[in-house]
Amino acid sequence: MSYPTYLLDRTGLEDSHTLDVYRAAGGYTALKTILSGGHSPAQVIDMVKDSGLRGRGGAGFPTGLKWSFMPDPSKDPRERYLAVNADESEPGTCKDRILMQEDPHGLIEGILIACYAMRVRTAYVYVRGEFRLPYDRVAAAIEEARAAGLIGEKIMGSAFSCDIWMHKGAGAYICGEETGLMESLEGKRGHPRPKPPFPAGAGLWGQPTTVNNVETLFNAPFIVNRGADWYKSMGTAKSPGNVLVGISGHVEKPGVYEVPLGTSAKEILEDFAGGIWKGRKLKAWYPGGSSTGLLPASMIDLAMDHDSLKEAGSMLGTGAMVMLDDTACAVESMAVISRFYDHESCGQCSQCREGTQWLHQIFERIEAGDGRMEDIDLLSSLAHGMAPGKTICALADAAAIPTHAIVKHFRVELEEHVRLGGCPMKRTSERETVGAMGTRA
Amino acid sequence: MTNDTEQRGLPAALVTEFEELVAHYPERRAALIPALHRCQEELGGWLAPETLEACAEFFELEPVEVFGVASFYPMFHLRPVGKHVVGVCHNISCMLRGAEDVLAKACEVTGCERPGATSEDGAFTVLRVECQGTCTNAPMFDLDGTYHENLTLDDVERILGGAR
Repeated sequence: MSYPTYLLDRTGLEDSHTLDVYRAAGGYTALKTILSGGHSPAQVIDMVKDSGLRGRGGAGFPTGLKWSFMPDPSKDPRERYLAVNADESEPGTCKDRILMQEDPHGLIEGILIACYAMRVRTAYVYVRGEFRLPYDRVAAAIEEARAAGLIGEKIMGSAFSCDIWMHKGAGAYICGEETGLMESLEGKRGHPRPKPPFPAGAGLWGQPTTVNNVETLFNAPFIVNRGADWYKSMGTAKSPGNVLVGISGHVEKPGVYEVPLGTSAKEILEDFAGGIWKGRKLKAWYPGGSSTGLLPASMIDLAMDHDSLKEAGSMLGTGAMVMLDDTACAVESMAVISRFYDHESCGQCSQCREGTQWLHQIFERIEAGDGRMEDIDLLSSLAHGMAPGKTICALADAAAIPTHAIVKHFRVELEEHVRLGGCPMKRTSERETVGAMGTRA
Repeated sequence: MTNDTEQRGLPAALVTEFEELVAHYPERRAALIPALHRCQEELGGWLAPETLEACAEFFELEPVEVFGVASFYPMFHLRPVGKHVVGVCHNISCMLRGAEDVLAKACEVTGCERPGATSEDGAFTVLRVECQGTCTNAPMFDLDGTYHENLTLDDVERILGGAR
């Protein structure tokens, strides 16, 4: 299938991360259009609303609608902020990294357009601490843009002024949750905040704030330049546009590929990723990162968009497909994923703090051959006790969703582990178990 | 051992840097995490209690607040680490492509008894780390802030052997 691309088009150019190359490829023309009187802030928001762009950080919330939640500055003159979520840390996900590393000016132009639309003067780019090269590239691009009069006071001679600052996180998954991110940006432990109040009313330092994902903002200049109708001509009616899909695990050519939303998972696996590696067959797959439900191979025809995957009982999430071949163990994959949530729970809510620990212990013992038949229902019961909507943030949901999915689709495999007193598959390798994680010196 | 008064306070260069950093935010404290990163980089690879206390003074916080923040984030080391820190990702995409073998090899090559340990000669600490966001280039490790991706066991031997 052939289709128009735009997200990754510049990444192949030599020195794609520099201002000169970005400008030669038509960069900053969208900003110029709006600042030279082409669109009012309200018109930009309407355009993004009309395009149907949905957030690319996992939740798929309509971006234009989110922007419209910011209060009217004539009625609410408080300082306001944009926080860019570059804390990419959902296991399986590595798309924002490419945009930041290879095309940082595209992100900066998106940030400036968002700030103009929401009348924000200060934006922070919260980058996960491990992303050294992406951080350095965006920081260098900000300096270039500042020197060129694209960031700072009276940008391009207009009345619009905006500053962008880099901010480094320090390795906590929970800081990718928008309120955890705000706490962390304020210099605190990344403990998510109860909602309401929502960030648009009381976010960073209690002021109106919007949090947007990198890839989401990256779409904005294209929408301004080419229009909402162009955008809607790609993807599906409810999930328009292209999306970056990362495909990893047991495939021939793991990679980040640009496809229209609604492309079938099978096409991505076969045409882009070269199929399952070593001539083996697909056994199971996580469609959108570790927080989305594990699906059996029989469901590989599903379309990669928000609604199709939701109907199938999973989620598009961050579009991060993790593929397991027919020698892999579904239980082992959940032992690893539940270990992750156990490690990353911030500990505020007991359902999550205790629940993630229990899930981890139970998956570990089933995999190790010490499981009991009643453990399988205990997994379901625990997951029901944790989510949905029982905790401050969705980390508990993120652990519960794949738990429900494995019980639903791979119950036989769980039972087999218990009956045989061990893993029927060849284990990838021996793992450390609870209490001997070795994640701290 | 030097006494407390001599150990207190941050090097002047860091103070200058942090004063500039805090100007980016409406509240001083917001620069705490970036500042802790700089302290760890410049002051021996880990955050000693005296460093945390000095940061508390600079940010006008109680030391326990600063300790609370530092201990929340896995990238901050609150105990001494080796000269080189190797963070091997053990999450799903890396596990599917042999992360546990990479981890075992990394421990073997560096002389670290187990993940979380520092080699006897103090050259290396090998850690298990959660997803580093480069899942399509698995397996991987981070060596002193630089990613090494699509690793084979030979790569592990060559890269870590060369780092010592």
